Amino acid sequence: MQAFLDIFDIYLLEAVINGILLGGVLALLALGLNLIFGVIDVTWICYAELVMIGMYAMYFMVQYYGISYFIAAPFTILLVAILGALLHYLVIAPLLTAPPINQLLATGGVLFVLQSFATVAFGIDFRNLGIRLPVLAFGDMNFSYARLLSFLAALVGMVAVYLFMTRTFTGTAIRAISQDRQIMALMGVDTKRIYLITSAIGGGLAGLAACLLVLQYDVHPFVGLSFGPITFLICVLGGLGNFIGGFIAAFVFAEIISLGGLFSDLEWGYVLAFAFFIVMMFIRPAGLLARRR
Amino acid sequence: MLELRSVSAGYGTFQALFDVHLEVKAGEAVGVIGPNGAGKTTLMRVISGLIRPSRGSIAMEGVDVLATPPHKIVSLGIAHVPENRRLFPQLSVDDNLKMGAFMKEARGHYAERLEVVFDLFPRLKERRYQMAGTMSGGEQQMCAIGRALMSKPKLLLLDEPSAGLAPVVVQQVFELVKRIRASGLTVLIVEQNVQQVLKVVDRAYLIEAGTIRASGSSAEMLASDTVKEAYLGV
Repeated sequence: MQAFLDIFDIYLLEAVINGILLGGVLALLALGLNLIFGVIDVTWICYAELVMIGMYAMYFMVQYYGISYFIAAPFTILLVAILGALLHYLVIAPLLTAPPINQLLATGGVLFVLQSFATVAFGIDFRNLGIRLPVLAFGDMNFSYARLLSFLAALVGMVAVYLFMTRTFTGTAIRAISQDRQIMALMGVDTKRIYLITSAIGGGLAGLAACLLVLQYDVHPFVGLSFGPITFLICVLGGLGNFIGGFIAAFVFAEIISLGGLFSDLEWGYVLAFAFFIVMMFIRPAGLLARRR
Repeated sequence: MLELRSVSAGYGTFQALFDVHLEVKAGEAVGVIGPNGAGKTTLMRVISGLIRPSRGSIAMEGVDVLATPPHKIVSLGIAHVPENRRLFPQLSVDDNLKMGAFMKEARGHYAERLEVVFDLFPRLKERRYQMAGTMSGGEQQMCAIGRALMSKPKLLLLDEPSAGLAPVVVQQVFELVKRIRASGLTVLIVEQNVQQVLKVVDRAYLIEAGTIRASGSSAEMLASDTVKEAYLGV
């Protein structure tokens, strides 16, 4: 009996730590989506599809052209940042004053366009980088280097965004804009430019997430479905547009998935997480940390 | 310094200003008085570019304001303290002031301007890390004026700085306006508090239903029967 408990505790600890590691990347995705929603007041339904394109970019650069992972990563981040800016310029900007449902449908359309584009251009094969990172054994616990690296890189990415948002004039304007859009011109702020910069940052975060996820998951045209919906649930659970709420909710979700997976299959972890979300929507419909107005 | 010629403006089909002529010379403090809904706020918004007039011209030191994109007008030296202050309530006082120095020309002088503003409003320095929305009305007004001063303007537009403040605080705000004037800044101030504002300005315009009804020095305005009857309650 004692022996059973010892093993159980080790597995539990391993699951908790793996949950934290998973939470890092989810928090990164949630930050990107929250940033767009909080600043521009639109929801990029196609956010995870930007990640998918980024994963393909990594795949082709690393696997096809033989570029080293660490050189390919900044290019991918830049590419998806440009995609984010283009998405804003071509799709969102003309619809800024349109009803939210129209914006939602338009970005939903982009989702299908990107999925179909990937299917036509790259086929439906599952592809991976072919990089096998070692597994780190710590006592009886096993952690994959890929997850550890992803967690640290996601943390660095979030800290970088935090510093940008708090230390620079442009970052301060990004935080200010949703509080009073009309008077931004009095501050000498061109709101169109701020929206474009914000979209590029949101895209860049998706690009970073792509570089990290491609280490752990195969790429295929529908890979966005694996983490798109969960990113939305995290943002809603944390309170849409609330950065800190999204951060906390990402780890709450990741722990439920990871611990749920420990007691049963990984799929049941997701079921538990979604069930938890539904219950929470009854208890706190505006999110864990509802935006106070 | 600032010159408005035959300016008409409105919102949609509603016209708020009719053929307004107005001039502010360098170093002057000029008041615009009049009842609620007379077009005073519209006048300020037209100058700072928040709305575009349907007709007329506006020049700041010879530069055509209407040919300047709205977010570049502050670079011409016009800083607007809007009605109801319009601070960013969930940003700290520091961040609000930072927004005032957003334009490229002002960023280089950020530290220096911050000192000027903190000298003028020591209270803001005490509260610099506090959320602007949690301060008292008077402190918020200081913050709004401070934010405008961060851009090192030549012309300060003040829209109803005394609105919604307790009488003691109103006194303080007008004292501040005097001090800002003394520092050599040109001021255009819109007020309903006619008695108070005429003590601080050199000249004033009386605006009613979107039209300039009278203008003259503070003394002339105080003596004018129209002003006396309608606004001073004499």
